[in-house]
Amino acid sequence: MIESLVPFAAVMAPLAAIPLIAASSRWPNIRELWTLLAAFAAFFLVISLIPSVDADTLVGSGRFFIVEGVPLELKVDQTGLFFGLIASTLWLVTCFYSIGYVREHREKHQTRYFAAFAACIGSTLGIAFSANLVTFLVFYEMLSLATYPLVIHSESPKAIRSGRKYLTYALTAGIALIAAVLWTGNAAGTYEFTAGGILEPGMLSPSAMRLLFLLFIVAVGVKAGLMPLHGWLPAAMVAPTPVSALLHAVAVVKSGVFGVIRVVGFVFGPETMAAYGLDTMLIVVSGTTILLASCIALRQDNLKARLAYSTVGHLSYIVLGIALLSKSGFAGGMLHMVNHATMKITLFFCAGAIMVHLHKDRVSQLDGIGRAMPWTMGAFAIGSLGLAGVPPVNGFLSKWLLCEGSLEAGLNLPMVILLTSGLLNAAYFFPIVYRAFFRAPAEGVAEKGEAPPMLVVPICIVAGFSLLLFFWPDLFLGLARDVASAVFGGGQA
Amino acid sequence: MRPDLLNHAPILIILLFLGGAMVAVLAGLLQRRLAQPWAVGITGSATLLSLFGLARVLQEGALRYQLGGWRAPIGIELIYDPLSAFLVVVICAVSLLVLIHGRRIVPEEIPGREVPFFAVALMLIGGLCGIVLTGDLFNLYVFIEIVSLSSYALLGIGTKRSPLSAFRYLVMGTTAGSFYLLGLALIFMRTGTLNMTDLAEILPFVSGQVPVLVGLAFILVGLSLKAAIFPLHGWLPDAYTDGCSTATALIAPLGTKTALYAILRFVFFVLAPAYGAGAAPIGTIVAYAGAAAIVWGSFMAMSQKELKRMLAYSSVAQVGYIALGIGLGSRYGLIGAVLHILNHACMKACLFLVTGNLRRNVGHSYLPNLDASVRREMPWSMAAFCVAAISMIGLPPTAGFFSKWYLALGTVEAGQWPLLVALLVSTLLNGVYFFRIFEQVYLKPAREGASGREARGEAPLSMLVPTLIFAVLLLILGIGNVYIVTTFLEPIWAGVL
Repeated sequence: MIESLVPFAAVMAPLAAIPLIAASSRWPNIRELWTLLAAFAAFFLVISLIPSVDADTLVGSGRFFIVEGVPLELKVDQTGLFFGLIASTLWLVTCFYSIGYVREHREKHQTRYFAAFAACIGSTLGIAFSANLVTFLVFYEMLSLATYPLVIHSESPKAIRSGRKYLTYALTAGIALIAAVLWTGNAAGTYEFTAGGILEPGMLSPSAMRLLFLLFIVAVGVKAGLMPLHGWLPAAMVAPTPVSALLHAVAVVKSGVFGVIRVVGFVFGPETMAAYGLDTMLIVVSGTTILLASCIALRQDNLKARLAYSTVGHLSYIVLGIALLSKSGFAGGMLHMVNHATMKITLFFCAGAIMVHLHKDRVSQLDGIGRAMPWTMGAFAIGSLGLAGVPPVNGFLSKWLLCEGSLEAGLNLPMVILLTSGLLNAAYFFPIVYRAFFRAPAEGVAEKGEAPPMLVVPICIVAGFSLLLFFWPDLFLGLARDVASAVFGGGQA
Repeated sequence: MRPDLLNHAPILIILLFLGGAMVAVLAGLLQRRLAQPWAVGITGSATLLSLFGLARVLQEGALRYQLGGWRAPIGIELIYDPLSAFLVVVICAVSLLVLIHGRRIVPEEIPGREVPFFAVALMLIGGLCGIVLTGDLFNLYVFIEIVSLSSYALLGIGTKRSPLSAFRYLVMGTTAGSFYLLGLALIFMRTGTLNMTDLAEILPFVSGQVPVLVGLAFILVGLSLKAAIFPLHGWLPDAYTDGCSTATALIAPLGTKTALYAILRFVFFVLAPAYGAGAAPIGTIVAYAGAAAIVWGSFMAMSQKELKRMLAYSSVAQVGYIALGIGLGSRYGLIGAVLHILNHACMKACLFLVTGNLRRNVGHSYLPNLDASVRREMPWSMAAFCVAAISMIGLPPTAGFFSKWYLALGTVEAGQWPLLVALLVSTLLNGVYFFRIFEQVYLKPAREGASGREARGEAPLSMLVPTLIFAVLLLILGIGNVYIVTTFLEPIWAGVL
């Protein structure tokens, strides 16, 4: 293991920006400078870790005893690096988009917005780099708290109701996590994430083991939007669109999914999972979620709500892949983390651009807007294709791996679910693209032109990511395969 | 400071307060305005002395101070070990901040009665230090009564209703005192000693005798009444609601906690050798009473409309946490209990100080009438409130999370699942009643001119600074909790468990 302060610095960069942002609330340009500086710092710090982290080498930032006997420890392994890369890269892009969005939209409380945003990203990187369950718990709770001001941002009665709903889910998840972590520590004698798991079969009675797993799944499943714990996510769409884009499609929800990876691969381990039938339980839950969420998404007229239900479905792709307990499934699930992130953030960015520029938020209002905003809607088309699993967009790759994983595990049903869901995805996304490009525009839309560059450029960048990752998936694919090998033991997947 | 002076640090601290209280009355006759600076001066010097004393204890080990040179068990003994020295520092420092905060608010809330108020406050603090320091059970009774009497007086000076509430407190408090004394008499009858260390050695020989058991029961019930452990908490909410802001801010964080500390000492240092750690069945009863207090207190707090009353009920719940830790009787239970005594002192003091700021500058602390104008006028006070509230809910990285963590660890270790559930559910309940206030203060639009008051802005510095210090302390205590555990608690394990 390499001792280095880089992981610590990467987590602290966004957190350190919070007081600076708060202090310069009167000078918006300086305030945004802090956000950008922090985002660049976090980005380059995480990038600089790529060469030093491989299957056998970790980078850690020393230990600090947060609770007696349990260190607060940041350690970057390949899993953490994978998630850290996604979060820090997309934060950087979102920063530019955010600045354009809130200024165009004349949002109130911009200082609170940027401060809370930085807190969220700091916590997310903390979750990614946590070396043990206690550190994970601390950052997970911080993330729950930091997201609240963003959900209630508009301070409308609806936002406040959503805020309450969000808190109820998040705090319940938090206490489930505390109980689960304590129980694990007591049973296994350690909190340290270890590839292959720390809970051996026989450490607890079968029913206790299942209950413990259930606690964990409640704890991380809330953020991962597993049904029936997904209720807060569509409600949280009242938040400003960049929040929905980065947090409710990438950082917060992926922290939940990342939690599933840690729990399945690094706490329970494949052996224990299989021994107590926990994988079946998770497959059933995530499979159901995929189908139900896709069906509900079909019926949403509000664009952001449709995206939210689509997110719920796609998060369960990842969970399903992990639950398959096969190397390809695990790698495919992880790969879908990054792929879904780039595609869904594209769609949310587009939705936001349409909202601030044309003031439209319903699917039925989108007739012909492709003529006014060709770049935006072009990016939207790329994202839609990817989510339906059509090449040449990166979504195809992860879906391929997931199906392979399903067969590898000797199960056909998950593959059928995935393919059906692809059709459903096409059914709820393609009509939007069709409307935008092939229907006659409503009056006055065509003259409005494209959204301002501060919004369009980030949109094109994230859409570009989605294409690039189809042709050059090596970095993420390599990491995902290495993690899968570490968890399942043995050679290359 | 001269080392031989530090040899007498324990008694000097107590004498400083008791003497200071007498002089305060004289000084107050001369010039009424002098009372508060005098009280602050006394408490400040005591804080310094206790800090030096603590440093010395950490260097040279525990000090058993024989009062007047009379050897224990004949004479009275003060125990100055890392734990008690540390708690004395906490008591002095918390009181110091609260007294500084009282400079403006005491003359405004209870005009003309500053002199007796500050004199009695000094008595109270002296008594609190005494409870923590003493190694003698009868001496403990004396200090408990000093604390109780001064509490009645402090809480009796307040709103119109406060004498009534204080009287109820007095009736309950006196009953508790009598119970304790009666129990002590029974124990003394059988063992012939009042010294804690001595008693711990003798008790194993008489542990099964009926008078001893009855005596112990009386002592524990008496102390539990003082500590307001559920279901003996009835006096607390009224007394806290009607007292003046500084009085509540002084008594709520420290008063019940020292009674709990007395229980802790009694259970772990006196009973443990005879009955085993936590004294099995007694411990379980105490722990479950604590769990009941947590749930009941939280539910009652949720239904309150007056901030002070809500905080009082939340105190009932918080006392429950500590009782739960003591009842567990394990190492983690004890760590959790002591840390929570400390954390809760800071959280509750912070919250009550903010209440004082609100009452002074907004004119009330009635929850339904609070709105966003409060936040605009008093951004710093409300920020401190948020930190303290998050700590009460128990979210990291604030101090409250960590004491809760140790307690939860203790329950898991003991396999007491119902207790764990109570602890965790209380997180949710606390979340409900504190986020309700956040919503009011941060999100409810201000009704222009509806309140019919002029904006007075942020609290003056003498009130704001102590409030903010508490808020910052909560973060420091949270992150530094391991230091506290290893430095102040570790050295006494050997003698306890």
